Parts: sequence; C-alpha cells; structure tokens
Amino acid sequence: MTRALAWAAFLLGALYFVLPLVGMAEFSLSMRREGYSLDAYASVLAEAEFQRTFAFSVAMALVTIATGVLVVVPTAFWVRLRMPELRPVIEFVTLLPLVIPAIVIVFGYIRLYNTGSWLPLTGTAAGTNLLLAMGYTVLALPYMYRAVDTGLRTIDVATLTEAAQSLGAGWGTILGRVILPNVLGAVLSGAFLTFAIVIGEFTMAALLDRPAFGPFMQRLGQDRAYEPSALAVIAFAITWGCMGLIALVTRTQRHLRTGAR
Amino acid sequence: MPATPDRSARALSRWLGVLPFFAFATLFLLLPALYIVVGAFRDGAGGFTFDNVLGLRQPSILNAYWVSIKVSFWSALLGCQIGFAMAAAVVLGGLPRSLRQPLLTFSGVASNFAGVPLAFAFIATIGPAGLITLWLRSDLGIVLQAGVWNVPEQLLWLLPGQVRFPRFTILSTTGLVLTYLFFQIPLMILIITPALEGLRREWREAAAVLGATGAQYWRMVALPILLPSLLGCMALLFANAFGAVATAIALTGPALNIAPILLYAQIRGDVLGNPNLGYALALGMILVTAAANAVYITLRARSERWLR
Repeated sequence: MTRALAWAAFLLGALYFVLPLVGMAEFSLSMRREGYSLDAYASVLAEAEFQRTFAFSVAMALVTIATGVLVVVPTAFWVRLRMPELRPVIEFVTLLPLVIPAIVIVFGYIRLYNTGSWLPLTGTAAGTNLLLAMGYTVLALPYMYRAVDTGLRTIDVATLTEAAQSLGAGWGTILGRVILPNVLGAVLSGAFLTFAIVIGEFTMAALLDRPAFGPFMQRLGQDRAYEPSALAVIAFAITWGCMGLIALVTRTQRHLRTGAR
Repeated sequence: MPATPDRSARALSRWLGVLPFFAFATLFLLLPALYIVVGAFRDGAGGFTFDNVLGLRQPSILNAYWVSIKVSFWSALLGCQIGFAMAAAVVLGGLPRSLRQPLLTFSGVASNFAGVPLAFAFIATIGPAGLITLWLRSDLGIVLQAGVWNVPEQLLWLLPGQVRFPRFTILSTTGLVLTYLFFQIPLMILIITPALEGLRREWREAAAVLGATGAQYWRMVALPILLPSLLGCMALLFANAFGAVATAIALTGPALNIAPILLYAQIRGDVLGNPNLGYALALGMILVTAAANAVYITLRARSERWLR
C-alpha cells in the first residue's frame, strides 16, 4: 500500500519533469515539415550572433571563476588560519546574494557606477564588462565560498602552513602551491556551478546591455519558432554537463582520499 | 596599556588578509544595495522623504506585488508538497535505493535549469503550439486556451457535447506557477532529503511499540519534527520564486504585471515616471525576500535540534 503510493508519487513527479524535456526536444527537431531533422540546430549554430554571444558568455564565466577563486580562496584560508572570530560575518556577507535579488544588485550598479559618478564603470564597454563579471562573482559567491570552506575543513590548514613556512615559503607559494592543490576538488565544483549559472544568465547582462548568451536567447525566442527549443536543449545539456563534472570531481576526490589512507 | 608597535603591526597584517574580500563585497554588493535602500528615502533634490515608499500605494504597483506574492506562494506551497512527496517516496516509501542518487543528481540539474531556456521548454510543451496542447486538441478534443472540451463521440452517452473548464494559457499566473515548479520541486527535494534521512528508525519503532498506527506516528512524531524544516523550505522556495526575473520575462514578455518585471521595465525605461519610486520598488523586493530568508534561517536552526 505505502509502496504503491510511493511509486505513484515518484512516477507522477517524474512525468512532470520528463514532459517539458520531451516537448522541447521534439519541438527542436520539428523544423522541417516532414519528419524530424536537426535543421533548427544547424540554423542556430550557423548564426553569427550565437557564436559571438556564446563566446562572450564563456569568457565571462572564465573571468568570473578566476575572480571568484582569487577572492574566496585567500579569504577562506585566512579566516580559518588567523581570524576564526570573523567567520560568522564573512558567512553572512557571502549569503547576502541569496537574499538580495540579482535585479536589485544590478540596479544598484547602474545607478552607483553611471557616467557621472566617482567610478564611471558603465561609461565604457570594458568597464561594463568588468562590472558584469563582478556581478556574476557576487551571484556565485554563496556557492563558491561554501564549496571552498567545506574543502578547507578536510585539511589541516595550520600544520600545512607552518610546514610550508619552515621551508621558507611566502604567502603566495603557500596559497598557490599548498592550499589550492588541496582544495582543488572543491574549487572545481564551485567553478562548474558558476559556469552553469553564468552561461545563460539573463537579468544582469540584459540590464547592463552586454552581448551575452542569455539576452540573445531571449531575443531569439521572440522572433523564431523552433530555434529557441534547440537553444533550450543546448542549455540543458550544458547544465547537465556541469553537474556531471561536479559529481565526477567529488567522486574522484573521495577515491583519492580513501586511496591515500 | 599601549600596544607595542610590533603587536599592532601584526593586528594590521591580520586584517590585511581579509581586506580584498571586504573591498570586493563593499564595492559590488553592500554599496549598491545600500544605495538603493538610501535612494528609496530620498527625493529628487537629495532630501529625506517618505514619499517614495508611500508612492508604492498605487493600485498598479500594489497589484504587481500581490500577483508576485501569489505566484511565489503557490509555487512554494506546491513545490514543497510535491517535492516532499517525491523525497519521502524515495527515502521512506520502500522504492529501490538505486533511485535515490539519480533523483538527487537530476534535482541538482533541474534546480539550476531556470531562466530563459526553461521558459522555452514550457512553451514548446504547453504553449499555444506545444506538444501537449496539440495532442490534447487533436486526440482528445480539449482546447486549453478556450477552456472547451469537445467531447468525442464515444463518450457522448455520458457527457454533453461540450464541457467548459477554466481556460489555461502558459502566459498567465497559473502558467508561471506551473513553470516555476520545475526548479522549485528539485530545490525542495535537495533540502528535505537530508531531513528525511535524519528521521531515526528508533522513533518509528518506539511509536509502534507504544501501539501507534502509521498515521499516528506521522501526525504525532514525524510531522512535528519535520514541521520547522517544511515551513523553512517553504520560506526559502518563496524567496527563490519572488526574485526570479528571467523565466517570467522569457515566458510572458512584459505582459504580466509582477514586481520583478515591473522593476525590470522601470530600470530600462523609467515606466513609473519617477526614478526614486524605482528604488522604493526595489526596497520592497529586498524586504520581502529578506523576511522569507529570516524565517528560513530561524526555522532551520530550530529543526537542527532534532535532526542531526
């Protein structure tokens, strides 16, 4: 009885998730009147704007990941090593992006860094790109910080640091060649999640008027029929790929750890 | 006792280590948010005023908030219930253990599959020319947009020729709730599964030994323990839906009057005709999501007392 109910709940739920995925896949293959074809994909991939915006968003994701690592890893390391009393404050700040909607943050950027302000970032394309990358880093902060902090918990930060210092290492060497390799799995997990978030992000890119993938998808959705579904399939595949890589990294780490013991 | 130069230099270098983080957070998170909050209480000349916040009482703005709250509430409530049912089915319902990990992995993917592509998937499925819409119309005679069921011949002995039901289109609040569930349910599954796994077998056995039925165990033991978690998840899902912009814009365009879309239009083109009113609108959104998150954090702390 319980089991039958459980199966019913699970299968009905699964149906809800499968149907839109089937719908989008079917639609993306239906561009030709007779039978299925990959025409919609060919049409999307050949679009110059697709290539341009996709490349832009990939570059944005990479800059975001690099900035995130540079901001988060030294901070999380330093707080564990020297300033544990600051932990609650830092954790609170890193959780704020979940509380303040992205649209409000970018609204603040537009007003705070406009052309007439003390730091006119939105005045130039490079400045706006920088602002967008910083905005994405803020969006990724909760995930990145938690991943790295959990990673640091599994290693003995103080001993590693002392050992490195007694061998004459400076802070740069300690961070880059001792700490970072030890939390690489956590950093990669955070990085893949960041990639998944950034690649199709719409709100910030649209409001800062940057040629990113998200706004491109939205525009295409307004004036094409089949191509948007093809884009949705591609976006879903990217998200799936990122999550798969996270699972892979986590599993490899676990193997390496148990193997080392 | 005055600190020796050496000690204060050391304290300074300690703070130097977290300086980059605080500089980053101040410039790109705290200051922009603060600017909005302060702006909400400023008039055009920079003086202090409550006019902007009071100006939110226009019917169109109040309506936008209200529709947003309704959509977030329903998607959170249904997301909680369905997500709980699916997680409970897999954790407690005796389904094969091998289903658990794939469900969690899929939930990770689906909870991150929000925004523009998600809207496309639902338009392709249940939009005006979507897979299910066309199938219902051609095979069953159900026209969703019109709310009419042209009953097929085989069933005419049972039903009249036409049955009317509430119209459905994806470009509506119902459509929005249906779409939001695609990331709400997985988020619920991800948060509630650890809580369900934390329900100890001994509690169930103890209840059974004392003569409790399954229903009594749930009503008097399991649900009271899970209640803070469930309400907390509900608050988190509410905030999650309330701040969502991209899905709504890609799904309905500027047609639907909800708070994030109104704010989006205001930032792009000052549709309210008063820049400072925009700040107040944004402040309102922060307050709603902050309240929901405060409820979540408080209740999570409570639930951790039992579920360790």
